[in-house]
Amino acid sequence: MDSPAIATVNGEMQAEAHAHPAYLRHHFETVEQQREAASFGMWLFLLTEVMFFGGMFMAYLIYRNWYHAAFVAGSNTLNIWLGTINTAVLICSSFTMAMAVYSAEKRRRKSLVTYLILTIVLGLAFLGIKAVEYAEKFELHQVPGASFSIEQFVHPTDPKAVALAPDMAEKTQVYFSLYFAMTGMHALHMIIGISILLILVVRALGGAYTEGHMSTIENFGLYWHFVDIVWIFLFPLLYLISRYR
Amino acid sequence: MSSANTIVQLPDQSTAQLPRKHYLNQELGLKSWLLTGDHKRIAMLYLFSITFFFFIGGAFASLIRLQLLTPGSDLLAPDTYNKVFSMHGIVMIFLFLVPSVPATLGNFLIPIMIGAKDLAFPKINLLSWYLFVAGGLFILAAMILGGVDTGWTFTTPLSTHYLNTHVVTAALGIFIAGFASILTGLNFIVTIHRMRAPGMTWFRLPLFVWGHYAASILMVLGTPVLAITLVLVALERTIGIGVFDPTKGGDPLLFQHLFWFYSHPAVYIMILPGMAVISEVISTFSRKRIFGYTAVAFSSVAIAIFGFFVWEHHMFIMGVSNYSALVFSLLTMLVAVPSAIKIFNWSATLYKGSITFETPMLYAFGFLGLFTIGGLTGVFLGSMGMDVHLTETYFIVAHFHFVMVGGMLMAYLAGMHFWWPKITGRMYPEAISKLAAVVTFIGFIFTFFPQFILGYLGMPRRYASYPPEFQVLNVLSTAGASILAVGYLLPMLYMPWSLKYGKIAGNNPWQATGLEWQITSPPLTENFVETPIVDHEAYDYEWLANQTEHEVKTVG
Ligand code: HEM
Ligand SMILES: [Cu+2]
Repeated sequence: MDSPAIATVNGEMQAEAHAHPAYLRHHFETVEQQREAASFGMWLFLLTEVMFFGGMFMAYLIYRNWYHAAFVAGSNTLNIWLGTINTAVLICSSFTMAMAVYSAEKRRRKSLVTYLILTIVLGLAFLGIKAVEYAEKFELHQVPGASFSIEQFVHPTDPKAVALAPDMAEKTQVYFSLYFAMTGMHALHMIIGISILLILVVRALGGAYTEGHMSTIENFGLYWHFVDIVWIFLFPLLYLISRYR
Repeated sequence: MSSANTIVQLPDQSTAQLPRKHYLNQELGLKSWLLTGDHKRIAMLYLFSITFFFFIGGAFASLIRLQLLTPGSDLLAPDTYNKVFSMHGIVMIFLFLVPSVPATLGNFLIPIMIGAKDLAFPKINLLSWYLFVAGGLFILAAMILGGVDTGWTFTTPLSTHYLNTHVVTAALGIFIAGFASILTGLNFIVTIHRMRAPGMTWFRLPLFVWGHYAASILMVLGTPVLAITLVLVALERTIGIGVFDPTKGGDPLLFQHLFWFYSHPAVYIMILPGMAVISEVISTFSRKRIFGYTAVAFSSVAIAIFGFFVWEHHMFIMGVSNYSALVFSLLTMLVAVPSAIKIFNWSATLYKGSITFETPMLYAFGFLGLFTIGGLTGVFLGSMGMDVHLTETYFIVAHFHFVMVGGMLMAYLAGMHFWWPKITGRMYPEAISKLAAVVTFIGFIFTFFPQFILGYLGMPRRYASYPPEFQVLNVLSTAGASILAVGYLLPMLYMPWSLKYGKIAGNNPWQATGLEWQITSPPLTENFVETPIVDHEAYDYEWLANQTEHEVKTVG
């Protein structure tokens, strides 16, 4: 191009990029630009995730208003201890993930790998506990569609529980539908996250992410924290409705 | 039309040659295409796939029109007819119109227009194409296994409880293809924010880029809501949860809210990139800066924002509260304002411009007329009283075909012709393409105008048969559809022909101002030899004139 208006970028811009590091992809001018693009992209992706879960939170909001009694009854059947432990497990995994990012920043490969593996272990622990909870629901016939009975809501065996009219007891199915849909989608995100973590571990063992270019780890950390935060909302909304009674 | 009435300037054909190296011959072989990171090649992959799906959708359309030739259900059984119009809608909307301009022209042009070497995430761009193909295969599978008959709207509880067709397979296909669209939008937004060449400020961006930016916002924020809605439908159908199931306490109306929360913005996902094309074409062929550049740019963003707050106009007869319907009716009128701003500004651009009538401009004129009718009838439908009478009739069918086919498809073809020389390095044949544009327009009017009348007279949509008094108008519509089909088949023939026999286009056959016209046709893999510095506004024809004065003969 010999046109004056489409001249070349010289001077500062190129000086900044000096010796191109191997991880600078050819279509970016600078490492800085590449990093910013990646993190911007990740935040946008998280925005789409907010909208994805948003649909279910919307449904939750409406139905909880309509069928409050059914939501209370349904919520009280959840195992609050397993839920609490799982919350703790996830918060720990967010901590280990943050430590993994920190280790990458400090270029400590061994500790990076350790923290990534710890995150995987905690993630698996979460899923294991979740599986136990799901199994419990099947035993209690609280899975809409597959195995459901309103019996224990109409004639509760627990003396502290409030009996529901059969009509309202039917509505607990909406609560459990949302419970399975929301925690199920959350668990799916965990499974995807753990699969990516496995890849990250293999690549980290090969020396990646500890040579200055760590935006993959950083951005994956954002994803992991996001999934964690979703749970931080799910836990009180699903487990803690009117527990004080 | 005499040659004086054209702005086309081609290089001397006896000596002209395509550049020796460009993105198409940089690497050869199937693998170099299937693993490419080049936004231009990915655009071509998309072009092939959506053309394929367009013809599948078109085949279903032909079946619909043939069936409606006679009042009885003579050709297809009623339940087969239901499958046919459902597959037509699903394929045309999700596999053709949503990706049409953004995934092909947008992919190809956005990086070049802003002076970048590629989109921000080339691998994600390729991934989006694979997702699109995978989604398309699921939908094809649903079709081959026996079809789906929910309509493109997946209305519950029909879709969740009462139909024995391949609803889940089709929904899964749309879910996957939806992620292709999300990734495309995400890539565009990041690219437009982070990859602009020095001097390419926001208000120097071509309006093509603004339109895509607005559409990308809708893709990124709207599509995930469709995704979760379809997941809930699939879970309801397979394992029997009850979020939308009234027998379990769920509410089907919630499905409608969630579905239209995506699907109204989706109509703007479909039209905004079309409007983006029209701005470029109108400016080039009237040789004027788009009148009210800033207003047109902001109206795209306004459409994207307002577009999220009108969805309930699809639900006026579904038992929503009168007060909320009133508010949504008002908001629907408001969303027409930014569209009108665009139409007025384009008209003002044409006013006293030096207009020439090359093929892209003919299509653009088609767009202006047809989109205006489509948009105005949308305002009719937005007024509640009218809507109660007209909803679920052929009036709706005519309305959305005027905006989607008359608007978007015309814009797509305008864009394809306009940038064909850039994409391939060769011109399409002049006379026959003008013929195609005119035939398309005439065929379109005959096909869809009668449907407004049919709908007004009360013919419902989505039925395999109709009372005999509607036959005349239906025959007219089917006849028009055959003309329309010719209009679409012509480019399918002459475009590939031009790949070999078309005239060499040179860098800038239209004397247009965009950065894409200042580089070789077809472009190099890295687009620019050196990063451009931009020091002028978009559509600055004086700058271009100065340019050509000290033009150097060599290319690339
Ligand atoms: C210019 C402003 C527009 C307004 C005010 C408008 C208004 C409306 C209204 C009120 C309806 C609902 C009618 C009913 O179901 O009773 C409707 C339906 C529809 N519109 Fe528009 N519209 C506009 C533009 C568009 C555009 C640009 C597109 C697509 C590119 C579009 C595509 C559709 C489709 C596909 C439907 C029917 C959906 C279905 O039920 O299958 N509209 N429009
Ligand atoms: Cu709408």
